[in-house]
Amino acid sequence: MSAHVQIQIIAILAAMACAIPGVFLILRKMAMICDSITHTILLGIVISFFIVQDLSSPLLVIGAALMGVLTVYLTELLNQTNLVSEDSAIGLIFPALFSIAIIMISKFASSVHLCIDSVFLGEIEFAPFDRLLLNGTDIGPKAMYLIGAIFIINLIFVLLFYKELKLVTFDKSEAFILGFAPVALHYALMTIVSITTVGVFQAVGSILVISFMIVPPATAYLLTNNLKRMIFYAILIGAINSAIGHYLAIRWDVSIAGMIATVTGIVFTIVFILSPNDGVITNIRRRKKQRLDFAKLSILFHVNRHMAKDDFVEECNINTLNEHFRMNKKFINDTITELEKESMLEIKNSIAYVTDKGRDFIEAYD
Amino acid sequence: MDLSIFKDYTIQIVAIGSAILGVISGIMGSFAFIRKQSLLGDAVSHSALPGICIAFILTQIKATEALLLGATLSGFLASYFIFSIVRYSKIKFDTALAVVFSSFFGLGVVFLTYIQKLANSNQAGLDKFIFGQASTFLARDLKMMVAMCIITIVLVGLFWKEMKIVSFDSEFSDTIGISSQKVGMLISFLIVLAVMVGIQMVGVVLMSAMLIAPASAARQWTNQLSKMIVLSSIFGAISGVVGTVISSTTSKLATGPVIVLVASVIVLISLIFAPKRGLLWRKLKFRNKNKEEYKVIE
Repeated sequence: MSAHVQIQIIAILAAMACAIPGVFLILRKMAMICDSITHTILLGIVISFFIVQDLSSPLLVIGAALMGVLTVYLTELLNQTNLVSEDSAIGLIFPALFSIAIIMISKFASSVHLCIDSVFLGEIEFAPFDRLLLNGTDIGPKAMYLIGAIFIINLIFVLLFYKELKLVTFDKSEAFILGFAPVALHYALMTIVSITTVGVFQAVGSILVISFMIVPPATAYLLTNNLKRMIFYAILIGAINSAIGHYLAIRWDVSIAGMIATVTGIVFTIVFILSPNDGVITNIRRRKKQRLDFAKLSILFHVNRHMAKDDFVEECNINTLNEHFRMNKKFINDTITELEKESMLEIKNSIAYVTDKGRDFIEAYD
Repeated sequence: MDLSIFKDYTIQIVAIGSAILGVISGIMGSFAFIRKQSLLGDAVSHSALPGICIAFILTQIKATEALLLGATLSGFLASYFIFSIVRYSKIKFDTALAVVFSSFFGLGVVFLTYIQKLANSNQAGLDKFIFGQASTFLARDLKMMVAMCIITIVLVGLFWKEMKIVSFDSEFSDTIGISSQKVGMLISFLIVLAVMVGIQMVGVVLMSAMLIAPASAARQWTNQLSKMIVLSSIFGAISGVVGTVISSTTSKLATGPVIVLVASVIVLISLIFAPKRGLLWRKLKFRNKNKEEYKVIE
C-alpha cells in the first residue's frame, strides 16, 4: 500500500468516525463544544506529559480525553449558575484552560517539542510514517488502526443506544420521566466525542476535527428529517469529502487537511443552496409563496367584508387598495391579477368584487 | 515590585495597546453577550486566515495594513455567511459558526501551503499573524488601534438607540421600522473590527476570550446596558494592563495567555461576589429566607 492510499484511508475513516457523534452534537445544539474540546485537550496532554515525562506514552491520550470530558463538565457547571448564557460559558472555559496550557508549555517545557502550530494545522501527511509493529512485523500505520477502532466503537455505541440517544436528544424531560438517565447518557456521548477528538486530532489536526464532526452532519441535516438517514448521509458525505479533498490536495500539492476542510465547506454550500428539503432556493420560493398566499387572503377578506357596506366604492377600488394595506402597489396589483386569473375576484370599473368561488375559498378560513 | 518597568518604552506601548484592546473588546463583547453571539468572535478570528493569505499573495509583502484589510474582509464575509445560513435554513447559530469557520480556516491552510511554495522569504512567520505576538507590537500598530477604537466608539454612540433595541428585542425593532438585519450587520462588522485589532496581539483563541470575559464579568454587576459597557471596557483595560505587567516582570511568560487568565479571574470574582446576582449573595439570601420561614413556622 502506498503512503497516499494509506493517507486516503485514514482521512476517510476519520471523517466517518467523527460524523457519528457529530450528528448528535448539532441536534443538541452543542456544535461549539467540539471547538472547545479541541483546544482544551492540549492542557490534558501537557499535564499528563508532566506526570509521565514521555511524549509517546499512551497516557497522554487518556489525559487528553479526560480533559475533554472535564471541559464539558466545567462548562455545564458554569452554565447551571444561570449567570452567563450557554455560549458564553463555552467561551469562558476553553480560553482559560488553553491559556494555562500555553503558559505551562512556554514556562516549563519550552525545550520539549510540543509544536502548537502543528496541533492546529495537523499533519496527516506524516501519519503513515508512524507504524504499528506486531511481534516485530510492520502491519501498517498506527493512525489507521486507532481511528478504525474509534469508528467501530462509535458505531457500536450508536447501534446499542440508538433508542436512548434519540429520546434524550429530542425530548430530555420525557427521557427522564421514562426512567432513562439523560445525564449519564449525555456524559457517555461526551466521552465518545472526547475520545474521537483526541484520536482523530493526533492524525489530522484540530480544525479538521471540527470540519469532520460538524459540517457533514450539518449537510445531512439539510437533506433529511430522519435521524437514521441523517447519520447514514453524514458518514457517506464525510467519506466522499475526504476522498475528493485528498485527491485535489495531491494534485495541487497543498495541505491535505486544509483541502479536505475546504471541499467539505464547498459541498455544504452546494447542498445549502440546492437542497430540495431545506435549501436556499426552496426556502426563498416557499417564503414568496407564503407572502403571496397571505396577501391573497387579506385582499379577499377585505373586499368581502366591505362589499355589503356603504364605503365599498372607496374601500374596494383596486387603485387605492395598496394604501389600505400599506403595501407595495406593484405587489398588490400582481396579487389582484393572480386572484382574477383564478376567478376569485371580479373587477368592474376598477372596483373589486369577490366571486362565489372566492367566497367558498375564504369560508374555509373563517 | 520593580516599578522601573513602566519606563520601558516597549512595555509602555504593549500595555497601552492591550488597554485599548480591552476597551474595544469590552464594548463590542457586551453587545455580543446580550445577543447571545459570544462565540461569533471565535469563529470570525479563525476565518481571517484566508483573507490574510490572499492579501499576502496579492501584495507579496507583509504589510500590516494590507493583511488587516484582508483579514477584516474575510471575517466580515464569514459572519455574513453565518447569518445567511441561520436565516435561510433550519441550521442553528452554533452549528453555522462551526461550519463556516472550519471551512474558512481549511481554505486558509490551503493558501498557506501554496504560499510556502512561492519561495518568497517574506512569508516566514505569516502564521504568527493569527497566533498572535504581543512582543512584536509597534508604535505604528498602536496608532491604528487608537483609530479603530475611535471608530467603534463613534459608531456605537451614533447608533446607540438602534443597537440597543435590536440587541434586546429584534422583532419589536422590525415592527417600528428599525431593520434588525441592517443594525445586526453593523454590530457584527464592529465585532469583526474588534477581533482584527486584537488578533495580531493576543492571537485567535485568546481574542475570543477578550470579547467574552470582560462582558460576562460586567453583566454580573449591573442590569443596565450603558453601565455594563463602561464596566466591561474598564475590566478589559485592567486585564490588558495587569496581564502585560505580570508577563513582562516574569521570564518566559507570553502576554496573551496571561491577559486572558487575568480576565478569567475577574469573571470568577464577579460570579461569586457581585451583589444581587452573585453566587455568594444568592446563598445568603436563600439562607435568610429559610430562617424567616422557620420563624413563621415556630
